[in-house]
Amino acid sequence: MSTTYKIKKGLDIKLLGEAEKTVVDLNAKRFAIKPPDFLGCFPKMLVKEGDEVKAGTPLFFHKYREEVKFTSPVSGKVIEIVRGAKRKLLQVVIETDGKNEAIDFGKADISSLDREAIVEKLFASGVWPMIRQRPYAVIADPKDDPKAIFVSAFDTSPLAPDFDLIVHDHGKEFQAGLDALAKLTSGKVHLNIDDKNTTSKVFLNSKNVQINRFSGPHPAGNVSVHVSRIDPINKGEIIWHTGSQEVITIGKLFLEGKFNSQRVVALVGSEILRPKYYKTHIGARIVNMISGNETGGNNRYISGNVLTGTKIEKDGFIGFYDSMITVIPEGNHYEFFGWLKPGLNKFSFSHTFLSRWLTPNKKFRVDTNLHGGVRGYVMTGKMDQVFPFDIYPLFLIKAILAEDIDLMENLGIYEIDAEDFALCEVIDTSKTEIQEIVRNGLELIRKEMS
Amino acid sequence: MKALRNLLDKQKPHFEQGGKFEKLHSLFDAMETLFFVPNRVTTSGAHIRDAIDMKRTMIVVFIALLPALFFGMWNIGYQHFLSFGENPGNWPMFWYGFLKMLPIIIVTYVVGLGLEIMFAQIRGHDVNEGFFVSGLLIPMIVPPDIPLWQLTLAVAFAVIFGKEVFGGTGMNIMNPALLARAFLFFAYPANISGDKVWIADKADAFSGATPLGHALTGHFDQIPSAYNMFMGFIPGSNGETSTLMILIGALFLIITGIGNWRVILSVFAGGYVMGLIFNWAGANDYMTQVPAWEHLIMGGFAFGAVFMATDPVTAAQTSKGMYIYGFLIGVMAVLIRVVNPGYPEGMMLAILLMNVFAPLIDHYVVVANIKRRLKRVKLQVNN
Repeated sequence: MSTTYKIKKGLDIKLLGEAEKTVVDLNAKRFAIKPPDFLGCFPKMLVKEGDEVKAGTPLFFHKYREEVKFTSPVSGKVIEIVRGAKRKLLQVVIETDGKNEAIDFGKADISSLDREAIVEKLFASGVWPMIRQRPYAVIADPKDDPKAIFVSAFDTSPLAPDFDLIVHDHGKEFQAGLDALAKLTSGKVHLNIDDKNTTSKVFLNSKNVQINRFSGPHPAGNVSVHVSRIDPINKGEIIWHTGSQEVITIGKLFLEGKFNSQRVVALVGSEILRPKYYKTHIGARIVNMISGNETGGNNRYISGNVLTGTKIEKDGFIGFYDSMITVIPEGNHYEFFGWLKPGLNKFSFSHTFLSRWLTPNKKFRVDTNLHGGVRGYVMTGKMDQVFPFDIYPLFLIKAILAEDIDLMENLGIYEIDAEDFALCEVIDTSKTEIQEIVRNGLELIRKEMS
Repeated sequence: MKALRNLLDKQKPHFEQGGKFEKLHSLFDAMETLFFVPNRVTTSGAHIRDAIDMKRTMIVVFIALLPALFFGMWNIGYQHFLSFGENPGNWPMFWYGFLKMLPIIIVTYVVGLGLEIMFAQIRGHDVNEGFFVSGLLIPMIVPPDIPLWQLTLAVAFAVIFGKEVFGGTGMNIMNPALLARAFLFFAYPANISGDKVWIADKADAFSGATPLGHALTGHFDQIPSAYNMFMGFIPGSNGETSTLMILIGALFLIITGIGNWRVILSVFAGGYVMGLIFNWAGANDYMTQVPAWEHLIMGGFAFGAVFMATDPVTAAQTSKGMYIYGFLIGVMAVLIRVVNPGYPEGMMLAILLMNVFAPLIDHYVVVANIKRRLKRVKLQVNN
C-alpha cells in the first residue's frame, strides 16, 4: 500500500489560460538542442552546419565527460549553430526532412541486460541526459550508485500540464522505462503521484517501483519535496530523478531500438487564445503554436512554467526538459500609485490586497512586472510559509551570499535546488533574485567538491 | 496622471548619470517611485512576482498606527485642558494636540528622510521605505513638549548609528525608533522623564505623573482606573496611551500578515507571567498593589508589543525564536518596572536589549535544526 504525504506549506498560484485537454499535431519544421539547458555542460561540437543527421545522431558532447552525448531529436539537416558572447554555444538548429529516420541502436530485452549494457545504450542514443541527479541538478554520472531514483508523475506548478493525458496509451513503454531505471540503482525507484488527480492506469498499475502519493499546494510536485519526505539527502549522497515523458523515451529506446524524442507539450497562459496540448518532438520551434493563437501586444514566451521556466523568443525552441510553454504579458509599464491601491485585481500571497480576501480562488492575468524596487530583507518570516522543508530559507540564502560553504551544508543546501526557492522569490517583498543566489551557491559547492 | 508621467519622463535624463542633477538621483527616484510603481520587469528566476513591495508593507504599518496617532493628538489636548480644569470640547482638544505634534512629525521626517536620501545617493541604492514608519513611530513615543533641536539630534543619531552604519534598512540590529528615544532618555533625561513632561504646557499645580510614575513612587491610590488606562485618558508619550487604539492597529497588522502575532502574543504573555510571579512573591508594595494584568495596559507596554517588538528586522526571525524573544521582552519590561527604582518604564530598554539578543536566540534555534540534520546522518551510519 502506498503512503500518502500531505504537504501543508506552499502556494498554488492560480493563473488564467489552463490548457484544454485536446492534443493536436504541431507540425514543427525546426528543432533545436540548447546546451544552456544542461547545467555545468561544456559542449564540444560534433557536427557542422549543413550536415545531414538522423534521430540519434550525436550533435555535441560534454567536454569533461565525453561519454555524455547530445543527439538530434529528428532527422534532417543542421542548418544553424548559434553562438553568443565569448562564442558560447547557445543552440544547434535542425530542419527536419519529415522522413523521421533514426539510427538503430538495437531492440533489447531489459531483463536480460545488465546495468552496464543499459547505461551504454542510454549514452549512445543521447537519452542519458534525461536522468539528472541531486544535489546540483546536473546530468547523472553512472559512476555513482544513486541511493534511489525518483520519477514524477505530476507537476503542481502554475498551469502545469496533466501528465495523465500526456502518458495516455504509453503504458508499455512507461513500464519498460521504469524497468530500465530499476537496473541503474541498488536502491528503490520511486514513482510519485498526485493523491487526488493522478488516475491514469499507466501510473497506478506500474510495477517494479514504489508508488508514493502526495497532496497539497505547490511545491508538492517538486522532486526535492518528494526526496525530503521519502529518503532525505545527506552530505555525500546522491539521488537521480527524471520525468514521465523521459521514462517513456527510455522505454521506447529498448522496445524500438531508436531514440524516439516524441513529446506532448502544453501551451498555456493568459495571452493564449486556445490553450491546448501539442504533439511534437524535443526542442520544437514554438512559432507554429503561437502564431494566430495569442492576444496582441507585448508578450513573454516561457519554456516551462512561470516560476522556473526560461525566457525564449517567439520563434524560439522548447527546452530539453520542458513539457509546457507559457505565454504571459510583459509588464514594462508604470502604474500610478500602484502600491497604494486596494488591489482588487492583483495577485498577492500577502493579505494586504483585497483580492486575497474577496476572491481567494480567482484566476489572475499576471504580467512580468517586478512590482517594486530591490531592497534589503525585511519581511523575514514570510518565506517559511511557502517552503515545506525543515530548512530556514533566509538563513540559507544569507549563508550563500556570504559564501560560507560549511554553513550552507549545515543548513541543508544538498536537500534543495534553485526551483524550490521559486515561491520564496515570487512572494519576496524585497524583490531579490533568490533562485539565482541559490543556483550560484550550489555551483560554488559543486566546483569546490570536484 | 499622464501629464505627471510625461513630466517625470522628461526630467528623468537630468537625474541620471551624467545629467546636470545626477547628485539628486536618489531624491528623484524616491519621488518617481512614490507616484508610479516602476516599469521594471523580471529578468531572471520567476517570471511573475507578488504585487507586494516594501512601500505596500510600510503603508500597512502606517495605517495601523493612525488610530493611536489620532487618539494621541486628542489626548494631548485633553490632558492639557484637564490640568487647567477646562473642557473646550473634542475638536479644540484635537486641534491643540495636532498643532503640538505636527512640528514633531515634520522635523522627524525632514531630518530622517534627508539623511536616508543622502545615504542612498552616496551608496548608490534606492531610498528605503523603512523610515516611512520610523518617522511616525518616533513622534508617538516622545513627550509632547520635546525640544525640537533635541529631537533632531535623536533622529540623526538613530538613522546614522542605528541603521546606516550597518548598511541600511534590513541590516540594523536595533529598532531605530526606539534608539532615538533611548538617545533622548540618556542624553536629555530632564525632558523625557519625571512628572513634569507628559502633559503639554501643564498647569503647575496639577500632578502630571503617569500611572507608572505613581506606581514607582508608591502612590498606588492615584493610579487611574483600568478603564481610563485601557482607553488612554492618561498622561504619557504622544501615541502610546490608548491600549484600545493600539489593539485596533494590532488587529490590522495581524490580519494583513505584516505584524507577527507570535511576537505580540508572547510579549503580552511574558509581561503577564512576570506580573503574576511578582504578585505571588509580594516582596514589596509594588508587587502586591499592581495586579499582573494592569501592567499590560500601563505605559508603553502595548505600544511596544505591537509596533516595536514586531519589527521583523530586529526581532527574532525563526518562529520558535519569536516566542522566546517576545516572552523575554514582556518579562524584562515588567522586571525593570518593578525592581529597578530608577526607571518607571522598562519597555524601551527591554525591547532594545532583546533586539541585541535576537540573533543569539535565532542562532540556537538554527543550531537545533543543524543538529537534527547531523543526527539523521549518524542514524544512517549506525544502521
